[in-house]
Amino acid sequence: MDNEKEQQVKEISIKSDEDVIFVRQEVRNLAKQMGLSLLEQTRIVTAASELGRNIVVHAREGKAFLIKVEKGDRQGLKIVFRDKGPGIPDVQKALEEGFSTVGSLGLGLPGARRLVDDFAIESSPLEGTTVIIIKWR
Amino acid sequence: MAEVSILMMGENIIVPIQVELHDRAAMALQEDILLKIEETGASGLIIDVSAVSIVDSFLGRLLGDTARMARLMGTETVLVGMKKEVVITLIELGMIIKDLHTALNLEEGLKLLESLKIERVREENGA
Repeated sequence: MDNEKEQQVKEISIKSDEDVIFVRQEVRNLAKQMGLSLLEQTRIVTAASELGRNIVVHAREGKAFLIKVEKGDRQGLKIVFRDKGPGIPDVQKALEEGFSTVGSLGLGLPGARRLVDDFAIESSPLEGTTVIIIKWR
Repeated sequence: MAEVSILMMGENIIVPIQVELHDRAAMALQEDILLKIEETGASGLIIDVSAVSIVDSFLGRLLGDTARMARLMGTETVLVGMKKEVVITLIELGMIIKDLHTALNLEEGLKLLESLKIERVREENGA
């Protein structure tokens, strides 16, 4: 059984466009520090941008938690996006969005999912939405 | 807030994006570009993204929209200098930016721009 360790590096409040830029910069710094390639950095920062934007646009405010994870001898960058917004009415449908909705009114979830290794989402009107992404080194 | 410069070079507008743009700043830039087209009657627009490390779905869509809007004003647009990491990520994100001409660098972009303008004149003359 692999040992799993987590170390939270940063908690970022997301309320505006500018906060999303800050999230991008922090994710990039951490990804670089962890030795991810430029392509992998670009992927995870872009995914973070999509998910951060969802918070600003749909929930008005939320948080991003940047976490270093270790599983056995693997190292990963985990980001948890959490908000107490209205929730996603049909998560299944949101995960099946077609390409045409990327960049429009869709949530861009399938796109963000494709950019990372692990992806999990939970959403309800009561609890809000939590999206967890991990990029392994 | 750092501003993006909009340069004039002959009949063309050149916009080198060298700062990280948040959504509102990107929208403001789009407006500024269209205003410049209106003011100058420029026939060409080059958007240089060689210094841009992240293009997400919002910026991707905005760039496509800007080119379409410019075209409605009689201006051809070429996007130049997209980094390969950005290209790979945009495709994986599922973004298909339609009607946006691209070139590897400014020099190639200017050549493409000239041929697009010639093509456009032919179209309009019903050739």
